[in-house]
Amino acid sequence: MTRQALSHPLLLALVLGLIGVLAGVGGYTFIYAKGYSYLSNDPQACANCHIMRGELDGWQKSSHHTVATCNDCHVPHAFIPKYLTKLENGYAHSRAFTFQDFHEPIEMRAQSRAIVLENCVECHREMVSPITASAGSFGHNALSAQVDCIQCHRAVGHGTLD
Amino acid sequence: MRPKFDLKSIPTGAYLVITVVLALLTVGLLLLLQNINERQREAQQASFQVVPLSEDVVDPAVWGQNYPYQYDNYKRTVDIQRTRYGGSEAFQRLDDDTRWRTIFHGYPFGVDYREERGHAYMLVDQRDTERVKQFKQPGACLHCHASVLPAYFQKGIEAGVPNDAAHRTEAIQKGFEIVNSMPYSVATQLVEHPITCNDCHTPETMQLRITRPGFLTGVNVLANSTDPVPHLPSIERWRAEGKKGTYDPNTMASRQEMRSFVCAQCHVEYYFKGTEKLLTYPWQNGLKVEQIEAYYNEVGWKDWTHKASGATVLKAQHPEFELWSQGVHARSGVACADCHMPYQRIGAVKVSDHHVRSPMLNINNACQTCHKFSESEMLARVTTIQDRTKILMTRAEESVVALIGDIEKAQAANAPADKLAAARDLQRKAQWRLDFIAAENSMGFHAPQEAARILAEAIDYARQGQLALAQ
Repeated sequence: MTRQALSHPLLLALVLGLIGVLAGVGGYTFIYAKGYSYLSNDPQACANCHIMRGELDGWQKSSHHTVATCNDCHVPHAFIPKYLTKLENGYAHSRAFTFQDFHEPIEMRAQSRAIVLENCVECHREMVSPITASAGSFGHNALSAQVDCIQCHRAVGHGTLD
Repeated sequence: MRPKFDLKSIPTGAYLVITVVLALLTVGLLLLLQNINERQREAQQASFQVVPLSEDVVDPAVWGQNYPYQYDNYKRTVDIQRTRYGGSEAFQRLDDDTRWRTIFHGYPFGVDYREERGHAYMLVDQRDTERVKQFKQPGACLHCHASVLPAYFQKGIEAGVPNDAAHRTEAIQKGFEIVNSMPYSVATQLVEHPITCNDCHTPETMQLRITRPGFLTGVNVLANSTDPVPHLPSIERWRAEGKKGTYDPNTMASRQEMRSFVCAQCHVEYYFKGTEKLLTYPWQNGLKVEQIEAYYNEVGWKDWTHKASGATVLKAQHPEFELWSQGVHARSGVACADCHMPYQRIGAVKVSDHHVRSPMLNINNACQTCHKFSESEMLARVTTIQDRTKILMTRAEESVVALIGDIEKAQAANAPADKLAAARDLQRKAQWRLDFIAAENSMGFHAPQEAARILAEAIDYARQGQLALAQ
């Protein structure tokens, strides 16, 4: 009983100290890796990991660079889905880049492709309404399965390859 | 009543568990921090200069100390792997398809026609081929089978060119001319390595460069021709600006053009001109098969006289650059290196794959950077093109062999000289076109429609030759 009473403050101090170290290291890592920049809309943030340099370069030479940045096409426009997507993408990309186990050349995942297609329609709604009307619902899968804008217009976002 | 929470009620064991978990989390975060740091460093500096490089350093192993990734890949050109129609295994094409013995009758290629192996073997295989062992060949062959610059430079200096940086190109040109006419057996003793780093790269800056005198002269001749070259914009620009001075790829070509030109230094059609065996690229009229043929006709060139038919015929070398120039990839601005040395990711750095090889052995990096189809789909597309070319090529071979047979019979039957002359001329035309596609290393892929057109003409000329005899 006496032994336990003595050891508690010490143990508590140790744990609190470790929490402090963890928070300090975590905070430093977050700032060092420019974690805050991912909350912004700045395209440069996407090339923090130089792995995206090619994509950023290609975008700068594309027809869309004057009207759309990375986020305009690659994350949903509504607030909550936008940050949920950023969260999920942030985790997936960091994990893939740290463990270097991603597909080469880099490809969009099916869910990321669906977001891009949704965003094509968001901006070009009037132009494409005859197409989307016949393609059925605006649900992700329904759209991407039936009408794939970037199958033909693949050069609009990242410069021409053709 | 809820019991009041008491810190003392937490057992000591729980503190220990929390402590260990927190410690492990901290370790994980530090590992992540270190990893991020490494990736950032990798992106900032792709190489570390541990040895100074200069024109005097020829050994690729020394360059490899500064560029270990590139060197590792470069060494892999020793790998031997067959593809559907080519690859890097030295199988005997004369046994694979015996019609070539008839077509090359009386020429060294009728004795030994082995598939080329990888870059690593270019010098030993050249020394070893029966075409060199049984026949006298000139030193000109070394232009493309060895890291020959130091030898050219040395010979140029010995011939009186001043030994300084300003006269380097002049010395190399002079040495090139001297080595060309030396016997191969003597000239080959001047060299040690197959092509190495300095044949394509400037040692101090790693910039791509053209070192081969044959190409420097040839590409200037091409620039001065009227053949449109929309896939080589710097040449079009030079022409539009009034053809001032000499077209020099080293100062005028874009980086993307250089990524094809460095390969085009050697992967081209050529011949040895005159008694001095001056290595010459026949591009006076342009890069197309009939333009090159017209040039050979103008200068009265023949590679040999066919032993069975008496026709004065041509041998195509490996006109990859010429055929690629007619294809859609060239037209779209895709360079040789894009498919044959595609970028690969090593850590955070992009390195061009110096294991130069068939893109069919590396479809993912070679094709899928641009083409968003599966590897099996890409392979199937290429296979379709190559299979179709092969079918046409087989027909063309049969046609040429049939014409040679008919000429032999007509000779035995003492046919009139004018008929024989007409048939022999058509054999020259047919055989040149067939060989242009057969010797080219892509089984038609570099320009599928152009390959089909050329083979169709080969078949037509061969059959016309038979008709000329039959009339």
